[in-house]
Order: sequence, then structure tokens, then C-alpha cells
Amino acid sequence: MIFALVGNQNSGKTTLFNQLTGSNQRVGNFPGVTVEQKVGSITGRADLSIVDLPGIYSLSPYSSEEIVTRDFLLKQKPDGIINIVDATNIERNLYLTLQLIELQIPMVLALNMMDEVQANNGSIDIIGLREILGIPIVPISATKKHGLTELVEQAVETAQNRKKPEHNDFCTGAVHRAIHAITHLIEDHAGRQGIPARFAASKLVEGDDPMLECLQLSAHEAESIEHAVKEMESELTTDREAALADMRYQFIEDACGKCVVKVKESREYRRSVKLDSILTHKFLAFPAFLGIMFGVFWLTFGVIGTPLSELTEWGIEELSGVIEGLFESFGLNDILQALIIDGIFAGVGAVISFIPIIITLFFFLSMLEDSGYMARVAYVMDKPLRKIGLSGRSFVPMLMGFGCTVPAVMATRTLASERDRKLTIFLTPFMSCSAKIPIYALITAAFFPRHQALVMISLYMIGILLGVLSGLLMKKNVYKGVPVPFVMELPNYRFPSIKTVLLLLWDKAKDFIQRACTIIFIATVAIWFLQSFDIRFNYVTDSAESMLAIIGQGLGVIFSPLGFSDWRVSTGLITGFLAKEAVISTLAVLTGASITELGDILHTLFSPLAAFSFLIFTLLYTPCVAAVAAVRREIGSLRGMLFIVIYQTAFAWLVAFLVYQIGSLLG
Amino acid sequence: MTLKDLRVGKSGRVISVGGEKALRRRLLEMGITPRTFITVKKAAPLGDPIELLLRGYILSLRLEDAEKIEVEEANE
Repeated sequence: MIFALVGNQNSGKTTLFNQLTGSNQRVGNFPGVTVEQKVGSITGRADLSIVDLPGIYSLSPYSSEEIVTRDFLLKQKPDGIINIVDATNIERNLYLTLQLIELQIPMVLALNMMDEVQANNGSIDIIGLREILGIPIVPISATKKHGLTELVEQAVETAQNRKKPEHNDFCTGAVHRAIHAITHLIEDHAGRQGIPARFAASKLVEGDDPMLECLQLSAHEAESIEHAVKEMESELTTDREAALADMRYQFIEDACGKCVVKVKESREYRRSVKLDSILTHKFLAFPAFLGIMFGVFWLTFGVIGTPLSELTEWGIEELSGVIEGLFESFGLNDILQALIIDGIFAGVGAVISFIPIIITLFFFLSMLEDSGYMARVAYVMDKPLRKIGLSGRSFVPMLMGFGCTVPAVMATRTLASERDRKLTIFLTPFMSCSAKIPIYALITAAFFPRHQALVMISLYMIGILLGVLSGLLMKKNVYKGVPVPFVMELPNYRFPSIKTVLLLLWDKAKDFIQRACTIIFIATVAIWFLQSFDIRFNYVTDSAESMLAIIGQGLGVIFSPLGFSDWRVSTGLITGFLAKEAVISTLAVLTGASITELGDILHTLFSPLAAFSFLIFTLLYTPCVAAVAAVRREIGSLRGMLFIVIYQTAFAWLVAFLVYQIGSLLG
Repeated sequence: MTLKDLRVGKSGRVISVGGEKALRRRLLEMGITPRTFITVKKAAPLGDPIELLLRGYILSLRLEDAEKIEVEEANE
């Protein structure tokens, strides 16, 4: 049996899903549904699958989440719906419930956070509400695991007996008449499409264009519908959309008036107000934000992530040493050995060693997200971001870009609109990632020792500035479309569920390892191959004779207007595509210098101006393979990915060109 | 007057909800329907968006969107 888990954002849906399924989760693909959904089987009940659908407030066809949920429920026809409702915010949560009931799929209402309502001296008359809504209601607490067994039992029983919701009429007067007339009119069409007539009719009254298209009505029928709606509108002196929303909320208000003893100001609410008196305070909000972010980055890159990364690196090196020893004792072919040790272990290993940093960063950021703080960040940052056509919600992913583009791009998944997501992904690489820090550090120390900090900060600033400019350019040309309105709930602060956070981390780690083993593996082998063979496919010991060197020389022509034409520099930039910190190690290998001597050697490769132009180019050119793979995944098309790679590289070239040429003119 | 004109700390009752299609629909769905009682709790540090209390929860809204909501001042 398949159950769909549906509910508002912040209703505890993901927590419930994790509590029910534990680690029995996978990504499911369903025909007719474009976005991947999480599927899990209920712990101890392998026969019961549960699909975690995106958090939504309504079944309108406006956001991609709503469309996904609607398509899934209509086309996939789950055996049952588990509708999770936040009892502390019951009025708004029931708005979705009323629409779900119209689907006439066996359904159970999981009334979450009942413990919180009771602790604040509120109460909900479950039996009364069950009578009014006509569906079974199970009070639960997802975080405390209360009522979950009862919920599963009730869901199974309802689905097994195919018990549809008992009522589906929540309206009176003119709206009732319009829906009734239209239901009658479209019954056959809806039946043919497998859509519940009642649901279709209320959507038509609301003016839902995709529904109208789907039903394939004749011109005459469409006209009759319009007529019925017009009549309703003139009787109510309001329009169709307001009429239905108003009718639903009125029904909910009546029901809550009968069954709910409201909590005036809950403890959780008061606690949130207190926290917000600092975190969204007029003057304290920005310092508080900077403090928190500084803390996260310091913990990630300084205290926890980096030592763990070094440990991983050490582990990989040790392993690679052991394997090398084994190869030697078995007398394995030299080239094969070089491929495995210098190619795969060095390349894939370098990327794997990033995992601890990424995981640590994600740990803190998801704690902040689940606590409700990120919604505040979006709220505080909305105004400045609006200028480049984004909303406050894009701020967090872009901020993560200063750490690593990969998790930053993955974090855009939380954005509501496709357009905002694409534009945010496009802008993220402009936030200089932490892997470029070694390059900046080396070059600035060698060429601008007295102004090192100034040059570093100016690079970050140039990145942000050019990102803003590109954003302005792109919002009008490439990533067009209407921005989704910024109407966002600010949920009460809550302590994040550790289980949810850990499962999320496990998910990210798996995702990242998977990528390291596929695309990065292939890229590493390809570069190693180019570096180890000449054009006649002979194995070379001096990489100056390799194919990579020839390509590097070819690229030198392209880079000479930027002030650096040496093949070793261009080769470094190519390997920087694998991982940015490889630029430095490649320069070291190809010049035969140790890291300490490298500074002096660099003076033979660059003039100070060329060095600055090189810094600009590394700041802006294509993100690394891992980031590009993440972009490909999140943007959903090869074209979208190629656009970003080409734009970044061309833009980097142009800016570095201008810097070098104008700098040369000025002397 | 519109919701935008309602000062921080003041409350009002919704008369009508405007705005273009997607925005209006979202406002209605989030519970801003005629006769709903709304209190303006706060403004963001830069003055926009604003924080509203309605139906027992907090919603944030941009001023340009709040302007589309017609209200009359009211006390509970």
C-alpha cells in the first residue's frame, strides 16, 4: 500500500516522515511527476510505503511544489493520504485539508503538536472535529513519537476499507449552487480523466486554467461554467477566487469555534518574540546575523571541518600507500599503478577529503534552517536582494557559496520558484569559494606582500559586485518570469530534530560520494591520461611532453592578452577545473618547485599586473567539476549548465582582459 | 486605508484583497480573507517587509503587496 504524506510547511511533516520510516528511505521516480520524491517504508511494515510530498499551503497550480503534489495525488492515486496538521496553527492548516477531502481518497488527519496545545491550556475536541470533517483524526506528537502506532493503524484501516471522506460539501448558498451545477456538467469529462468531479468543479469555480485544459470541455460547456460562475459572483458581489477562499475559511472558523479552545499566546510564541527582539531587531539584526555566520564558518573551516578533512586526507594517503605497496609486491604494470595512485587516488581522494567540511557546514546550516532562523534571515535580507530580482530566500544559498559552491547549489532546492532557483544558482559561483583561498594566499604573498589583506578583500568584493551586475543583466534577459510573491510564514523557533538533521547529512554525504565516484572519477582519469601520454599515446615521464602540455600551450595563446601565456599556468587553470586548490599543486609540479620556492618562481611567470589579472580570472572562471555536476543536477538541464560554465569563463576572460590591458595603458 | 498604512502595533480588519492573480491567490490561501483580523507586529530592520499576526500565526509580507490589501482599523 502507498500513502501520500501531505501538509503545510513547518507542520512537522519531514519529522513525521523520518520517525515513521527511519533510514528506510530512497528517492522514488513516479511517472508523470517531474520532481523526485522521497519514498520510505514504515519501520517494521515493509508492505507500507509512504511518499513525502513537498510542504504546501494549497492545491493551486502556482508553485512547482503545489503542481507536484497535485499531479501525484491525481495521477498516482495513492491508497491513502496522511494529512499532517499543526494543531497550534489549525485554522490555516485546515485550508489544505478541505481541498484534500475533495479528492475523495481515503484520508487520515494526523493532528501534530497536540502536546504543545495541551501544555498551553488549549484543547481540541477530536470527536467533534471528526464529525464535522468526516475523516478519522489521530492526535500525535511527531518529535516525541506519541500516537504514531495509532496513526499507522488508522491509516491502514481506512485505506483497506477504502473509506472515503464522509462529507465533501463545505459550502452554502451561491458557492454551493455553482459547484453543484458545475459538478453535474463535467462529471463525464472528469471521470474520463480520472479526476474526482467535485474537486474538478471547485477548481473550475476558482478559475484554475490547467484543470480547464485537462478536462477538454466543449465550447458550449465552458460557456455554461462561466455563466454559473458569473451568477455566483454577482450574487455574492465578490469574485470567484475570493468567494472560495472566504467560504473555506468561514467553514474552518465555524468548526474551530465549536471544537477548539484557542491558546492566546503560547509559551513557544512568547519565546519566539523574545528571540526575535534581538534577531530581527532594527539595529541588532545585522550584527547578530554576522556573528552567527562568523561562528558557523569558524566552526566549519577552523575548528571541526578542517581537522576532519585533514584526517580524511591522511587516511586516503595511508590507504593509497598501502595499495601502492601491494601493487609493487605483485609487480603490477607501472602505468596502471600510476593511473590508480596518481590519477584516481590523488584526484578522487582530493575531492573526498572535502566531505567533512561540506557535512559540517550542512550540519550547522540545517540546524539553523530547522530552528526557524533561516526564515528570519530571508525576512531581514529581502529588501536588498529585491534589487537584483531575487527574494530574501536566495540569500542563504548565496552565503553558503563562500564556503563551497556544491552545498550552496544544493541548498537552492528550498526556493519556491524555478526562476529564483536558476538565478540563484547562476549567481552562487560569483561568491568566491574557500578552495580558492590557497591561490589568493600564494599569489598575494608573492606579489603584493604589503597589501595582502586589501587585495584579498577586494577580490571578494569584485566577485560580489560582478555577481550583482550579472544578476541585473540576467534577470532581464535569461532568467525571465514573474518572481514568486514573498508571502512567508515566520514559524515559532523550535529545537531542531536531531534525527532529521542526521538523516539529511547522511543523504548529502551519500549524494556527494556518489558524484565523486562517477563524474569526478571520469574527469580525473581523463586529466591523468592527458598528463601522462603524448599525442602518439606514448607514456611520458616529463609532463612537458604530454598532451596536456600541448593543450596548455594552445590555451596560452588565449591567455596571452591577459598577461600570462606560459603553458604551465594554463595547465594549472585546467586542473583547477577539477578542484580549485589543484591550481597551486599543478604549478608546483610543473615548475618542479617546492611550495616554499614557488613564490620566487612565480615572478618569472607573471608581472605584478599579470598576477592580478590571473587572480581575477581564477576568481571568476568556471566552477570546479563537483560544482558543475551539482549545477547540472539542480538546474535540471545540460543547456542550463553549459550556459553557466561558458558565461563564467567568457566573463572571467573579458574582465581579466580589461584589467590587464587598461592596467598596461596606465603603466 | 491599506494594510501598508497600518502602523506597527495597530490592528485592522480586512475589507478586500487585491493584487494580481498569483499574489492574490496566495494571500487568500494564507488566510487573508475579508473580515480577517490582522495586527502589524513589526517591520524588518530596513523597514520592509513587515510582520503580521493573523489567525494565530506570523506572516511576513512586502509593503508593495500589503498595499493591495484594503483594511479598516479595528480593535479586538
